[in-house]
Amino acid sequence: MASDLNAQALARYRNDFLREVEERVDEGEWVKMCMQCGVCAGSCPFGPHWEHSPQKLFMMIRAGKRDEVLQSDSMWMCTSCYNCVVRCPRKLPITTIMHGIATYAHRLGLAPKRQPTRDFSVVFWENFTRNGRANEMRLMLRLWFKDGIGAGIKKALAMKNVGLGMLRTRRMSPFEIFGGHGVKDVKGFQAMIRKAQEIEDRRRGFTK
Amino acid sequence: MASVVATNQTILVVGGGVSGMTAALEAAECGKQVVLVENTATLGGRTSVLYRYFPKLCHPVCGLEINLRRLKGNRNVRVLTLAEVTGISGTRGDFTVTVKRSPRYVNENCTACGACAEAVSTQVPNPWNYGLDRMKAAYLPHAMAYPQRYVLDPSIIGTPDAEKAKAACKYGAIDLGMAEETLELKVGAIVWATGWQPYDAARIQPYGYGRFPNVITSVEFERLADPHGPTGGKILRPSDGKEAKDVAFIQCAGSRDENHLRHCSRICCMASLKQTQYVREAFGDGAQSTVYYIDIRAIDRLEDFYARVQKDTTVRFVKSKVARIAEDQATRDPILHGVDTEGYHRYANRHDLAVLAIGMAPSVKAADIPAEVVEDSSGFIEAAAERAAVFGAGCATNALDVNRSVQNATAAALRAIQVVNRAARAET
Ligand SMILES: Cc1cc2nc3c(=O)[nH]c(=O)nc-3n(C[C@H](O)[C@H](O)[C@H](O)COP(=O)(O)OP(=O)(O)OC[C@H]3O[C@@H](n4cnc5c(N)ncnc54)[C@H](O)[C@@H]3O)c2cc1C
Ligand code: SF4
Ligand code: SF4
Ligand code: SF4
Ligand code: SF4
Repeated sequence: MASDLNAQALARYRNDFLREVEERVDEGEWVKMCMQCGVCAGSCPFGPHWEHSPQKLFMMIRAGKRDEVLQSDSMWMCTSCYNCVVRCPRKLPITTIMHGIATYAHRLGLAPKRQPTRDFSVVFWENFTRNGRANEMRLMLRLWFKDGIGAGIKKALAMKNVGLGMLRTRRMSPFEIFGGHGVKDVKGFQAMIRKAQEIEDRRRGFTK
Repeated sequence: MASVVATNQTILVVGGGVSGMTAALEAAECGKQVVLVENTATLGGRTSVLYRYFPKLCHPVCGLEINLRRLKGNRNVRVLTLAEVTGISGTRGDFTVTVKRSPRYVNENCTACGACAEAVSTQVPNPWNYGLDRMKAAYLPHAMAYPQRYVLDPSIIGTPDAEKAKAACKYGAIDLGMAEETLELKVGAIVWATGWQPYDAARIQPYGYGRFPNVITSVEFERLADPHGPTGGKILRPSDGKEAKDVAFIQCAGSRDENHLRHCSRICCMASLKQTQYVREAFGDGAQSTVYYIDIRAIDRLEDFYARVQKDTTVRFVKSKVARIAEDQATRDPILHGVDTEGYHRYANRHDLAVLAIGMAPSVKAADIPAEVVEDSSGFIEAAAERAAVFGAGCATNALDVNRSVQNATAAALRAIQVVNRAARAET
């Protein structure tokens, strides 16, 4: 499915990766407004730790470096601190574009495997779209045990105090393990999400 | 106070900087009657507080002197200082203008002997040095001031200092009874040349201007280099008075920025290139200037100057808009953070002093002019709008260097002359 989408995108945009980003990525039409001043790169708290700053990614998009961009794990590390956005002299919605590129890469199946933010996002999405509410207990267990029983127990022990704290302050209930609470009209909620996805897919040209 | 005679064939010029003086003189030398209204105590505007002019690095007093000589030799220009236009009514060829004049407390008898300044003790911030130092409350704005007449700061009126000044004056020039007055003038055409002001640097939060003493603006740096400035021409940094040999210039501070001024201020690349030569002049081969830029805008013949500065071994260029400035708390050195876009290297560079190449904003926003004018997206007067009541000139219309301001002001004078000529023909 994902690889089909990638093949479809490649056929559709050929070598025009900038146009692909403009049409398919959230706020992607802003990329061409970047004047490569370097302020976002110099402002990002992740600066020294990731390979591709927003400035660099925007240049790579314009240079048509499709694989390098979509396979980068830099945009997955964006913490949405908005430092770059408030300083950008061209007012690019950089944070949204970063998440947009990440989402698009995931959609096409090109995002790096075992990227922690990506794994968490997938688990979180499944978790909360089930009932319309986040189920902390299940979310926690899924994340702890995603690397196997042994690793899960280790992690559980390391995080014990946080977990107990959440239980004590009622931020988490052990009964959630049996399905947990949800919104009143779960079916209606799920239909709404489906509809939104349908509209978005059409808008982005994934479907007709 | 002598009354001002004006008719609908008179041209009013508002703002007495290089643009306003040029417009006034061009019109007057064509035989037109001109009233020149300036809101400070002297003509000259912002160029009179620059140390040197690019590209030839000559002293601004030279150009100012030529204009003043033209002015003194011409009987057609009436100069009103400490005056402001508060209202304009009517249309082209037939305006009525109200002008508010603030008291100077010093009359024509003044010989600029300076005895009054000796006598008073009160000090006020010195606007001609951008507030970097203080001056006596009886003062001559600067050495080139025109008229060469002292001023009493209104803050001492009614205090013993005012009486001391009066007692010190041997020429009977001090008149403490002067009061604000309002004049009404008939004029045929108006040239608006109120110039520019530096953008408020404190609003560029990541650069720490106002929080870090060793982050200053380019207009302040002009004063540091000037022998008439607060340091007597020595480039000393504000925190500790140490020589600032290693100076960083930060381009586009407040310009080309949707959060501040949208426009390119056009002159600040050249101004910083010029200022690197002040550092070299002061410290020779021991100087170090670093220019942080997005791209250098030195166009036409100015590019030769850029090429010359590039060859100077004391000047380094870093292609990067600085992201933020921090301060070393012990030494108070500014530390510049950013990414060099040629190679994407992160840097944290320490300097003695950081100079913000501050953007130029209109000193009076076009929307605040009491007449119909069209404002552009930066607040300047939109050029050549058909219906506009006033003709913009110089930096009131855009960020311009002196050369372009003068050309622009000459064009505005020509337009104004056409209007009053038409008014004259209609009357005969
Ligand atoms: C750091 C720096 C360095 C520069 N160096 C150079 C250089 O080396 N060479 C060069 O060519 N250019 C240089 N410039 C540009 C130069 O300063 C301008 O081109 C010049 O000042 C424009 O003159 P002006 O008469 O239009 O405006 P101004 O010089 O601003 O004069 C406007 C006049 O109007 C008066 N005024 C303001 N408001 C009112 C009002 N409401 N009523 C009445 N009067 C009013 C003001 O008091 C002033 O006298 C530099 C600019 C900067 C920022
Ligand atoms: S701050 Fe804005 S204009 Fe500057 S490089 Fe980043 S995205 Fe581009
Ligand atoms: S919002 Fe993201 S990209 Fe922007 S500065 Fe913060 S972490 Fe970096
Ligand atoms: S006001 Fe009088 S004392 Fe002051 S400078 Fe003028 S002449 Fe001299
Ligand atoms: S002239 Fe240079 S420093 Fe000034 S705004 Fe334009 S590019 Fe920036």
